[in-house]
Amino acid sequence: MQVFTESIGQATRLLFEGSGGIWPVILTTLEVAFFSTLAGFVLGVPMGFLMGATRFRGRNIFIAVTNTFMAVPPVVIGLLVMMVLSRQGPLGSFGLLYTVDAMVIAQTLISTPIIAGLTAAAVGTVPRKLRLQARSLGASRFQEALLVIREARLGVLAAVAGGLGAVIRGVGAVLIVGGNIEGETRVLTTAIVQESRRGDFAKALALCVILLVIALALNAFITWYQHYSERSENA
Amino acid sequence: MDVLGMTLRAEGLKKSFGARVVVDIESLEVAAGRTLAILGPSGAGKSTLLSILGLLEKPDAGTIYLDGRPVHFRDKSARMHMAAAFQSPYLFRGTIADNVAYGLKLRRVPSRKRREDISNALARVGLEGWEDRGVHTLSGGEAQRVALARAMVLRPSVLFLDEPLASLDPLAKGALASDFSRIIREDSMTTVYVTHDQNEAVSIADQLIVMRDGRSVAQGETYEVMGLPPDEWTAEFLGAGEPLEGEVVESGDDLLGIDIGGQKIWAVGTFSKGERVLVGVRPEDVLLFEGEADIPRSTARNRLDARIVDVRMWGVMHHIVLRTDGGLIASRVSHFSVRDMGLAPGAFVQAVFKATAVRVRLAPGNGSSRSSERGSFSDVTTMGAGD
Repeated sequence: MQVFTESIGQATRLLFEGSGGIWPVILTTLEVAFFSTLAGFVLGVPMGFLMGATRFRGRNIFIAVTNTFMAVPPVVIGLLVMMVLSRQGPLGSFGLLYTVDAMVIAQTLISTPIIAGLTAAAVGTVPRKLRLQARSLGASRFQEALLVIREARLGVLAAVAGGLGAVIRGVGAVLIVGGNIEGETRVLTTAIVQESRRGDFAKALALCVILLVIALALNAFITWYQHYSERSENA
Repeated sequence: MDVLGMTLRAEGLKKSFGARVVVDIESLEVAAGRTLAILGPSGAGKSTLLSILGLLEKPDAGTIYLDGRPVHFRDKSARMHMAAAFQSPYLFRGTIADNVAYGLKLRRVPSRKRREDISNALARVGLEGWEDRGVHTLSGGEAQRVALARAMVLRPSVLFLDEPLASLDPLAKGALASDFSRIIREDSMTTVYVTHDQNEAVSIADQLIVMRDGRSVAQGETYEVMGLPPDEWTAEFLGAGEPLEGEVVESGDDLLGIDIGGQKIWAVGTFSKGERVLVGVRPEDVLLFEGEADIPRSTARNRLDARIVDVRMWGVMHHIVLRTDGGLIASRVSHFSVRDMGLAPGAFVQAVFKATAVRVRLAPGNGSSRSSERGSFSDVTTMGAGD
């Protein structure tokens, strides 16, 4: 039990004293999480809308591929991205391997199918006739789509939370394509792996506490927003 | 108020889902400012026809004209002249004002004007000052009023209403039907109204199209179609008697004497002697008296001896099928009258109705069918003068 209380104390010290270079790790974590979730949102929500609210040839294959990607282990994504970004790979000339950009790319490939799949489920619950209703009032296809996403926004928000969660907790992909370089590509999860390997369990646990606090803060915000939306609609 | 309505015309509309034909309409027209009811049983294709006319669904074939201009599915400029409300109100998340504002925002109406329009529209549907209420707090009737306000605030030239009262309780339905009717007439919008309830159709529509299996089985002025359905199925669906065939034996001063199986029926019209005609009378227009009763003096010219062959429930009324010498007619009476007069199969009664209640049209094979005064939208001819 003592190790837990010690780790909480150590986590507090790490945060407030800035010792052990913790703030760059936190900022890199947030940077990778923010941009890969944002990219996942931009790509995944329209994909989810197409899968959940429209009918097109090849839709079932598209859904099957997306669902498969939802279940692919992050290390596989990391390996694929590394092969693409390595010097011999097709995008090797950009020199992205072992950079934050590479980590964002890998994490985007993880977050996008999750956001797309969950968005598809959310927009699929919006009645088709609601779209006809919007159309009858003069909405264009794009305006219809926006309305459907707005109607399903709590589900879409849950999808984004799912994508964000996968990005924050993911370690395999960022470890492979980021390289866990101190001060550059080290994030909380890779730092935890590192400290665990070194046997500094107290510090690893302290990093876990910080990670949990970040996850808790983000989820608290999402829960508050959902609650606020429901309350304002029932006013 | 200015006439807002535009003439809506359609030709050769076809729509199939797989092998099943859901719409196959040769032609229809609703003149500016008039109301067309699309009536038919479930699965007849009414809602699909409405969606096609409202440019919400693409037909497999056919053309729609708005004030003579051909318009197409997703024709945005044409759709800006249209609005719709459906059986379920399909209110969007947010407040009532958010909902009523939706179409106005799409039309980029400035916010000040928008607020005014929303306030006026809500006042017209009886929800004055309800702007900030959340949509989840509304009853079915209130939600439907918001849906109507949301469509009406756009001042559409053509308004589409798809069974807007079907899911409401009788009290809300009655109140809303009368408000819908008033608003439609005040604004002179061209309106297409889908329903499976003939009472709603009669109370709201000038014109009627009856659909069965995607096809039109009757089109015309509401009271004409209701009074003289073209075939047995339509007659049964509309709760009317089947048309009786007879020969005009007297004609003059707009009054016709028509011999039907040796029995003379008086009608109002201008057919010539010797012409074969079909005759119909709505059950609501037929009064029943006991067989031997003295009938009070009235302007009703037609008094037929009849025998009751069937008595069945019809909502809050009873539908009585009568055999006369000329064929079957029907009457509709209250439960109290059925009990009080002992109306049962086999009983003899006298059926009384006015000449003006009788609808007449040329029988098939007797030259071309005469059109009504209102032009092309008619398979049925009525004679409109008083007794």
